Amino acid sequence: MREKWPGITLISILLAGWEVLVRSGMIDTPSLPPVSLIFIAWYQAVISGELIGHLLPSLQRIAIGYSLAIAVAVPLGLLMGSIKLVYSLFEPLTELIRPIPSAAYVPMAILFFGIGNEMKVFVIFLACIWPILLNTYGAVRGIDPVLVETGRTFGYSHAKVLRKVVFPSILPEIFTGMRVSLGIALIVVVVAEMIAGNNGIGYFILDRQRFFRVAAMIAGIFTLGIVGYALNWVFLRFEGYVLRWRQTSGS
Amino acid sequence: MPGSQPYQVTSCFDESTQNSLKSTLIEVRGVSKSFRIQQASFCVFEGLNLAIEEGSFVSIVGPSGCGKSTLLKVIAGLQRPTSGSVFFKGEPVTKPPANMIYLFQQYPKSVFPWRTVWQNVLFGIEDKKDLDRGEIQERGRKYLALVGLQGNETLYPSQLSGGMQQRLAIARALACEPEVVLMDEPFSAVDALTRMKLQQLLLEIWDRVNITVIFVTHDVEEAALLSRRVIALTRTPAIIDKDLRIDLPYPRNHLTTREDPRFGSYRRELLQSIFQAESM
Repeated sequence: MREKWPGITLISILLAGWEVLVRSGMIDTPSLPPVSLIFIAWYQAVISGELIGHLLPSLQRIAIGYSLAIAVAVPLGLLMGSIKLVYSLFEPLTELIRPIPSAAYVPMAILFFGIGNEMKVFVIFLACIWPILLNTYGAVRGIDPVLVETGRTFGYSHAKVLRKVVFPSILPEIFTGMRVSLGIALIVVVVAEMIAGNNGIGYFILDRQRFFRVAAMIAGIFTLGIVGYALNWVFLRFEGYVLRWRQTSGS
Repeated sequence: MPGSQPYQVTSCFDESTQNSLKSTLIEVRGVSKSFRIQQASFCVFEGLNLAIEEGSFVSIVGPSGCGKSTLLKVIAGLQRPTSGSVFFKGEPVTKPPANMIYLFQQYPKSVFPWRTVWQNVLFGIEDKKDLDRGEIQERGRKYLALVGLQGNETLYPSQLSGGMQQRLAIARALACEPEVVLMDEPFSAVDALTRMKLQQLLLEIWDRVNITVIFVTHDVEEAALLSRRVIALTRTPAIIDKDLRIDLPYPRNHLTTREDPRFGSYRRELLQSIFQAESM
């Protein structure tokens, strides 16, 4: 906790400076209300349940799209990494689709799924697949052959070695991909909700901007910062628990 | 495949002073291995023949790069020979046989870092249908105790010393109660004192557990101390230069065995073979 204090102090100074600059009239624009008004709007949005009402659908979309991406990318990555044919089959396709920014799918996804949940879940799913898939098959292809041969010498089949040796040994790389994807999921859900729909934190921000409720709009942006931070914190806790064997060197 | 009457009782060298003829467990028949490096074909060994009896302790020595480890991997079924075959109990080896365990030189990569000591030792037996839970646990306890790792069950490999990691790898192999353990320079990466302790441990294990050991090393003293038979290979393309029976009394240990005058002459003979191979 001690090493956090300098950072917390800087944030407080920036917020105080913002308040002073706006209140004193040095920055005079309706686009930037003082921080105190933002916090009041934030408080009201939380109390009324309005903010939670928009946040929950967003989190739900992330949860479903992200889980689906993991469920597809990890097994496919394991197969691509260990079977040459599967690799040469999917690798060119992967390289072609991967560089397309996920937001570009939204208009097409609307045609297929409408503007509801399915469209957003689909776009999150598509965007989250690539980092996990790339990390998984990259790690499998780069695995130390001693590990695989150790599994083989115990008489285990290739499939069993994949499950008992390859998968646990590349979990750190899978988690790296999952962490990247979690950040992408948050970006993509906001973009998708801004383009189409009538709820979600992205919709909340865009809607407040349209009706010029600037303080509430910025409160929505702050909320995203906190949600992103919290998601990452939970993720790191989970990763640290699953990969606890990595933190035990040199007792 | 020429000649397919693999499983036979043979005596590969004079066993008359031993109580009886033992059956051949592993037979290497006309095995060659070559690698393609760019356009050129590089022959590691050619037409090797070798019969290893049940219960023996055989070391393979030779100059570095002579293909000792490759031969061991071919026997283990981890690599296919270019020609010829390996027979294990009369069956041709096409994939790693379940009751033949290969112990790697690079033990820090071979013990699984994500498994605790206890989970590592159970790796080979945890899914065995013919063992119930109690038997599996019993085996784990027995072989951890045999290598002196009891009490460390909950530690991860990263918390163990190099010698302990290698003992864990040995216990994990023995827990499967294999018929054969293949060891590729298993003690080359630990300090001298740890190496002596591990060698002593291996002598005791071989004395107590009924297994066949094939041991690859570049250390002729280690080979003479541990083995009943030492095979010296020449430089590539390797053939068998010497097939020595080590007639030293049991129980062996670092103090008395090394003082035996015969130990000195075995050492001399093996070193000569290696020096000669290297100077060719």
